[in-house]
Amino acid sequence: MNILENLLYTKEHEWLKIEGNLATVGITDYAQRLLGDITFVELPKAGDKAAQGKQFASVESIKAASDVYAPLSGKIIKVNTALADSPQLVNQYPYTEGWFVVIEIENEKEKQDLLSGADYKKYLEGLPK
Amino acid sequence: MSNYVPHTQGEIREMLKVIGVSSIDELFTDIKPELKPESFNLPEGKSESEVVEYMKGLASRNNNPLVNFLGAGFYDHYIPVAVDALAARSEFYTAYTPYQPEASQGWLQAHYEYQTVICELTGLDVSNASLYDGGTAIYEGLKMAIRITGKKKVILDSGINLIYRTMLYTYTANLSLEFIETPVVHGQSSREEIYKYLDDKTAAVILQNPNFFGAIDDHSDIVEKAHASGALVIQSVYPVALGILKTPGATGVDIAVGEGQSLGIPLSFGGPYLGFMAVKKDFVRQMPGRIVGATVDKDGKRGYVLTLQAREQHIRREKATSNICSNEALCALRAAIYLSLLGKSGIRELARLNFEKAEFAKSLLDRIPGVSVKKSSPTFNEFTVLLPKNADEVVGKMIKKGFAAGFPLGRFYKGMDNYLLVTLTEKRTKGEIERYALAMEEVLCS
Amino acid sequence: MQLIFEKGAKGRKGVKLPESDLPIKPEFPKKYMRDKEPSLPEVSEQDVVRHFSNLSRLNFSLDTNFYPLGSCTMKYNPKFTEKIASFEGFSETHPLLPHLPGGEALVQGSLEVLYQTERLLSEITGMHAFTMQPLAGAHGELTGTMLIAAYHRNKGNRKKYVIVPDSSHGTNPSSAAIAGYEVIVVATDKTGCMDLTEFKSKLNKDVAAVMLTCPNTLGIFEPQIKEICDAAHKVDALSYYDGANLNAILGKVRPGDIGFDVIHVNLHKTFSTPHGGGGPGAGPVGVSKALVDFLPLPRIIKRPDSSLGLECDCPLSIGYIAPFYGNFGVILRTYAYIMFLGKSGLIEVSEAAVLNANYCRALLKKYFDLPYDRTCMHECVFSASRQKDKSGVTALDIAKYLIDKGMHPPTIYFPLIVKEALMIEPTETESKQTLDSFVEVMREIAGLAESDPQKIKDAPKHAPVKRLDEVRAARDLDLRWKP
Repeated sequence: MNILENLLYTKEHEWLKIEGNLATVGITDYAQRLLGDITFVELPKAGDKAAQGKQFASVESIKAASDVYAPLSGKIIKVNTALADSPQLVNQYPYTEGWFVVIEIENEKEKQDLLSGADYKKYLEGLPK
Repeated sequence: MSNYVPHTQGEIREMLKVIGVSSIDELFTDIKPELKPESFNLPEGKSESEVVEYMKGLASRNNNPLVNFLGAGFYDHYIPVAVDALAARSEFYTAYTPYQPEASQGWLQAHYEYQTVICELTGLDVSNASLYDGGTAIYEGLKMAIRITGKKKVILDSGINLIYRTMLYTYTANLSLEFIETPVVHGQSSREEIYKYLDDKTAAVILQNPNFFGAIDDHSDIVEKAHASGALVIQSVYPVALGILKTPGATGVDIAVGEGQSLGIPLSFGGPYLGFMAVKKDFVRQMPGRIVGATVDKDGKRGYVLTLQAREQHIRREKATSNICSNEALCALRAAIYLSLLGKSGIRELARLNFEKAEFAKSLLDRIPGVSVKKSSPTFNEFTVLLPKNADEVVGKMIKKGFAAGFPLGRFYKGMDNYLLVTLTEKRTKGEIERYALAMEEVLCS
Repeated sequence: MQLIFEKGAKGRKGVKLPESDLPIKPEFPKKYMRDKEPSLPEVSEQDVVRHFSNLSRLNFSLDTNFYPLGSCTMKYNPKFTEKIASFEGFSETHPLLPHLPGGEALVQGSLEVLYQTERLLSEITGMHAFTMQPLAGAHGELTGTMLIAAYHRNKGNRKKYVIVPDSSHGTNPSSAAIAGYEVIVVATDKTGCMDLTEFKSKLNKDVAAVMLTCPNTLGIFEPQIKEICDAAHKVDALSYYDGANLNAILGKVRPGDIGFDVIHVNLHKTFSTPHGGGGPGAGPVGVSKALVDFLPLPRIIKRPDSSLGLECDCPLSIGYIAPFYGNFGVILRTYAYIMFLGKSGLIEVSEAAVLNANYCRALLKKYFDLPYDRTCMHECVFSASRQKDKSGVTALDIAKYLIDKGMHPPTIYFPLIVKEALMIEPTETESKQTLDSFVEVMREIAGLAESDPQKIKDAPKHAPVKRLDEVRAARDLDLRWKP
């Protein structure tokens, strides 16, 4: 299981890379393994608003569909259009080319809810197998 | 042993022993004694021959030798016997949903071929593997349009079969949608009225072609206006007419639906029938129902599977695009076989024949004093006549003369008591049509 | 196999249409004409017959293979009912005939079938009345949920939620959502039943109904079912009985007697009408007395002269849910089936169905995990977790190996609450010998999972195709042949 130290995480298995007031968001290696071969990613449109804890995207594999919840509130300023034709990027490169969206952070305080790499690792270890 | 249960008493004893109980009753102990049935008052069983004879008697009580000029959305077309013979192969009809593709390639390929013929007929990109009937297909199309647009206003042309409009109201009673019914003027959809209500809150404009009065139309102008205001267009179509009529695809329609009964499925007192749906490819993930896709196996050999299943209820549960599970696969198979037999030129010939018979009937009826065939718009195989008497009465008298003379429009439309909807199919001969016109004249002039 | 479109030759035809015998040759108006012919096949009748006959042979079917597909009740479909459905008096009757003046007299035979089947299903389930209109099980659920909504609307109740257990079929939450309700899910407890404490804590005055399948999808009859029903009624929530598994309880218990308000029955399951490769089915809905006035239109009634007729004047009715009277051809087969079996025959159905399922359960439990180890009803749910953990052999692999052995696999990965689920419903019409050979193959699989797991993972080897690339099918959509 790959967990990158320099990223932040949520218990819903999303990762965030925060640069200034922008957060790039994707799903973790753990999540993509759990889902299996991803066949479709439904993303919001640039300009949409995301609200922390509310669904903003969904991911489909052959036998499952999972909602993805916004880790932070804010305006979506960029979406990864490459996923429309190549959803497998999420399986192949979950932390790089498989990113979902960039969110303009609205409320700095919400960042307190995010986990460090070490905490996320601990959280995963505690999950029932 | 005659009830399809194969066990002998000896086998039952052996099986109970393996299970570790002494009687079958012990297997039912989770049902508490106080829940035993208050009654189960059913007749005892009969032999196969007794049931067959009894049912034959019931069937003969339906036996009416009427010559059929009744359609109104459900048509008396000839069904080639090969359709019955193939659909009666029990390798088809005793199988279930092809969840295990390696054990269901026959069904899956048949569905793929069905999807293709529906796309070809409608001129649209993708089709699902069937819905229940033409009415629920409109409802599913409407739900799609609401999901796609996020809007709640619906413009409903009153040229749509009243039964289907009523079904839409039933299904959406709990959903706070706004419906506007626009009138039919001179046989066709009223542009003026539709445009009056069309706005950026409109999810869909729903049309029918040919409409309930049999009139054909080119809805391209409505489609253009609807798209400009962000609404989708759903068109319900009669598949046999599409052998000759401008397709929903060429009209620019987003979602085409219809009743597939006329594609080799018997009238059978209302069902089972076949709902079909074809849509533009951008909307495929919003489509309800099963969809079959082509792929390859481990050795690279072509094969077929159910695909895009993540839309469906068994995976997405309360968030599914539809709750549909069982569909009308066997009826879809009949349609695929029927259209394969007809083929490229046959469907056109068939459509032409239906159209020509109707035109001939029009010419005969129009000669009867006091009868006027409505000619404000062209029709396919069905048309409206204004009679000098109440149509209900006339139809009643025609039944006595051996004809199902048509559908009295006053039953569905206020103020149309003297209007009759007359339907012709390829089955009606010149002689029958002449006798029909003669009988009509007698009834009207007596 | 080649597609039908890849066969034939330009200009070839499969039907001979009648020549036009008309004295006129009218022209179809150009403005409304399609611009391009549809690319339909150009084949002979024999081409078509051979093509579809050969396609049919690529299917597993009930008439050719054991088919223990859990939750689907794949029992033998009698042949004589096919003959009955083909009687012209039934198959050629136009559904609008009774709407014509004097037309009811022309369809008394068909109306009798509908009327009698309604009465029989009411007696079998203990409900007050039935509508035969719903066209499939899920359509019945939607109809039932709309009846519930109409009941509450009429009482002035404003309710928002429908409760379903997490073991339910996907159609339950989906139907409730489509009818406009939000869904509350209740977990399954250790005994395989709905968690009663959690249920009671989630039940409140905003709940419109609770939907239950009983026996549930684990094949377990909920012993607390009456308590659940009564608790719902205390907050004026109605109780919905999903009759998908009615095959287990004929003559043993009636949902109406327990106190259920609405029920749907799958005629293609319990009453043995053919599954048709996925349909048509039929899902008639039965109701308690309190809901009769809301049933869909038209109702079949007996007139004072004892003839049968259609009643459309029912002001509280939810309206039309199907264009006519339901899937008549399916209802017809059901009526004949019930008449043939009769009271004792129907009871024997459930007894043998439950016996067969428990026999499989008892014999297979040595080889596979049984997460809820207790007497089952018509089906039992095993798990391949043990095999998966040890050697990576999954429920899917087991299914494919069964195909090589000429047996249709059980339902897999459902219910969702059982990992690597194998849901086995043998039905009452399978003989002890068939069950023994199935158990033998399953025993072989359990052995191979230890000794040679690759052999299972490589299956199927003898099917028309090997394992198919479903990921490719979903990523690169190819949903039709293109000319």
